[in-house]
Amino acid sequence: MLWYVIRRLLLVIPTLAGVAVAVFFLIRVMPGDVVVVKLRADGADVSEETIRAERKRLGLDKPLYVQFSDYMVGLAHLDLGKSLWTGDSVNKEIAIRVPVSFQIAVMASIIAVLIAIPLGTVSALYRDTWIDHSVRVLAVSGLAIPSFWLGMLIILMLLMMFNWLPKIGYVSIFEDPIANLSVTIWPAVSVGYRYAAVATRMMRSALLEVMREDYIRTARAKGVWMRLIMRRHALRNALLPVVTVIGLEFAFLIGGLVVTEQVFNINGIGKLFVDATTRGDFNLIQGLVLFIATMFIFVNLIVDLLYAWLDPRIRLS
Amino acid sequence: MQRLFVCALTVGAALAATSAADAQTPKRGGILNFGVVAEPPNYDCHGSTTFALVHPIAPHYSLLVKFDGKDYPKVVPDLAESWTVAPDGMTYTFKIRIGVKFHDGSPLTADDIKASYDRIIDPPQGVISIRKAYYADLLVEAPNPTSVVFKLKNPMAGVLEALASPFNCIYSAKKLQENPRYPETQIMGSGAFTFVEHVKGSSWEGKRFEGYFQQGKPLLDGFKIFFVKSGAVVPGILGGQFDAEFRGRNPSERGQLLDKMKDNLTVHEGTWVNNLMLVFNTTRKPFDDIKVRQALSMAIDRWGGSEALSRISILKFVGGVMRPGYAMSLPEAELVKLPGYAKDINKSRDDARKLLEAAGLKDFKFKLLNRNIPEPYTPAGVYSIDQWRRIGVAVEHEQLETKLYQDRVANGDFDVAVEFQADFMDDPTAQFSKFLTKKTSPSGYSGHTDSKIDEMYIKQRQTMDVAERTKLVREMERYSLTQAYSVPILWWQRIIAYNKKIKGWHMTPSHYLWQDLTEVWLDQ
Repeated sequence: MLWYVIRRLLLVIPTLAGVAVAVFFLIRVMPGDVVVVKLRADGADVSEETIRAERKRLGLDKPLYVQFSDYMVGLAHLDLGKSLWTGDSVNKEIAIRVPVSFQIAVMASIIAVLIAIPLGTVSALYRDTWIDHSVRVLAVSGLAIPSFWLGMLIILMLLMMFNWLPKIGYVSIFEDPIANLSVTIWPAVSVGYRYAAVATRMMRSALLEVMREDYIRTARAKGVWMRLIMRRHALRNALLPVVTVIGLEFAFLIGGLVVTEQVFNINGIGKLFVDATTRGDFNLIQGLVLFIATMFIFVNLIVDLLYAWLDPRIRLS
Repeated sequence: MQRLFVCALTVGAALAATSAADAQTPKRGGILNFGVVAEPPNYDCHGSTTFALVHPIAPHYSLLVKFDGKDYPKVVPDLAESWTVAPDGMTYTFKIRIGVKFHDGSPLTADDIKASYDRIIDPPQGVISIRKAYYADLLVEAPNPTSVVFKLKNPMAGVLEALASPFNCIYSAKKLQENPRYPETQIMGSGAFTFVEHVKGSSWEGKRFEGYFQQGKPLLDGFKIFFVKSGAVVPGILGGQFDAEFRGRNPSERGQLLDKMKDNLTVHEGTWVNNLMLVFNTTRKPFDDIKVRQALSMAIDRWGGSEALSRISILKFVGGVMRPGYAMSLPEAELVKLPGYAKDINKSRDDARKLLEAAGLKDFKFKLLNRNIPEPYTPAGVYSIDQWRRIGVAVEHEQLETKLYQDRVANGDFDVAVEFQADFMDDPTAQFSKFLTKKTSPSGYSGHTDSKIDEMYIKQRQTMDVAERTKLVREMERYSLTQAYSVPILWWQRIIAYNKKIKGWHMTPSHYLWQDLTEVWLDQ
């Protein structure tokens, strides 16, 4: 197991290097110039000389291969460079936004697990009854309703019914847990619902498949209690695909809450990504892509390790 | 209609209440919470063009002189106590206040003002000064600690107005000497509020500077800004997160706020020094033909559009190159004689069809390049296309995100583009930049090479006599609108709605001005 983890961790380096090279060249194919957006977006009559001076200051006048080698050397020192928009380090820009995005992703995952596993199980156990139908309606609604729309409904409901809105701005949960939760719970619920819907359907179908297996039938024929069958045999096996879905969704949520963050005015990774892309801030886009790729790689590793825990037959090493 | 009437009454009542409130004795204390719909890239006024910088930063810095929010476009003293102008208009001498301190306690003298203006006019290596060319005719001297002298190399009209730019923050000469780029990352001015904190992507805070040079000011204990998306402003005000947003809201948002807040809302409305214009790419056929450009301008019913669009967007006022109502703008009686401004739209469209026919165009089609920003770009684009359809011209609306749009416009890769004009003041030298040739102005996107406009532009800039200059500006406006290289569609309406408890804030036609918050107070 230890060797497996070490091998996987070593593989992270070439994977990220590949991502870094691809993203460096791909984003430079995009039209648009961050300097023009920065200096002329408000309609100002900015001279070409000023534009050239700013490009020089940001190092955008250097040949592409020089920019690339500077970037790779920086990367080797874990330095993602400076944002072309703010001039601050990309590491700092990302670090400011990580806590809130990470917390919402964790909370949404908890909400999804708490909803999906019991509902998916009940739905499978009571297949084709009103309980199953109700759960399926709930799950399909979750898939059909976009998270941002649900978010807007939540905001309107809070405003209309209670004349209250969550505070703007993020406070650490360790500083003020109540203020923190009053800000983060609503986006977590709005994305957690969709996330739960995906996991519920996966849980239901996986459990239905497992319940048809010979070893379940044998256990039932032997008169083993249903509760015991579920706990010992069915649930653990059915959880394997659910864990994959939850893991991938978690990694996606770290950087993928683009619209939901806008709706709730959350200063997270998704909002930063949108801003960086619309401004053409190459350095920040590169940093964000690498960060999200890293998250996916590590979440996949954790999912693989969980597989081994859930199913001892899987020999990772 | 009834709803509109009720709204109008409520606005009227709110405005009346504001006037009454102005007579109240200002109260000291409290934190002003307001929203700003964009965030500054860095903190350097001299290298910026955006209101996103002015709204958070103006309370921290003093200017040499500033526009009076209560009596725009009057220029009033800030760091300058008074000034004199030489009879030939070529020398401006400012007497600087004594006892002004920077936030670090160091004294502010004429040297700081000279150093700041030198940084604008001739920036050291690595420093970006956006308005370097605008001030190129100025030479700054500081003969003693309380005097600053601006000498003009060439005659220049509107010097005082140019010096009142909200972007001309006064920095510490000593700190600039240590690091000319310090204003990018640090806030250290002599304004009414000291800097407390900027939480990136989230908020900005300032607190009262006890050593501020105006006695008894500021009245607020501090201010807090929330950086929010535009769509979050109304919910933010209704939900009590903050009490105002000082750039501008649209009529629908004003209606929502009035519906909910009723008497607790103050609303200001007026013209805005911003407009949307059509830029014809004269380097492409058939837009090099004056008949085609005039026909396309004449097809647009600006007067009817004003009525219809002002209900759903911030587009409202019919005007030429200069803001309607501004002293130097063309009077309406003259404007209606120009192509595209006639009130009889049917006749105007008949003439437009004839012009297209004379230009040999049948089944004329082209693309209108626009930003994908819903307010006010989309309504302006959709409206223009509908107007052109009425003279048999088919137009495809191509809306791109700002970065891509700017790339296309800068490279001349468009037929007709919806461009905007915005500046902190009405001065013609600023307002005409997009109507000039590319040789004279980097934003002469129409690509025309008509040097007559440039000559008129330089002449008006060098004419110090106001009456003479007004004559020249109007002549230039008539010529520009007749040549129609670029033509305004409509000017914007500025609507500011905020919680009634905010007092002492006055609306100017520019969202860049009067944001130092020195006179703002809270009635609570």
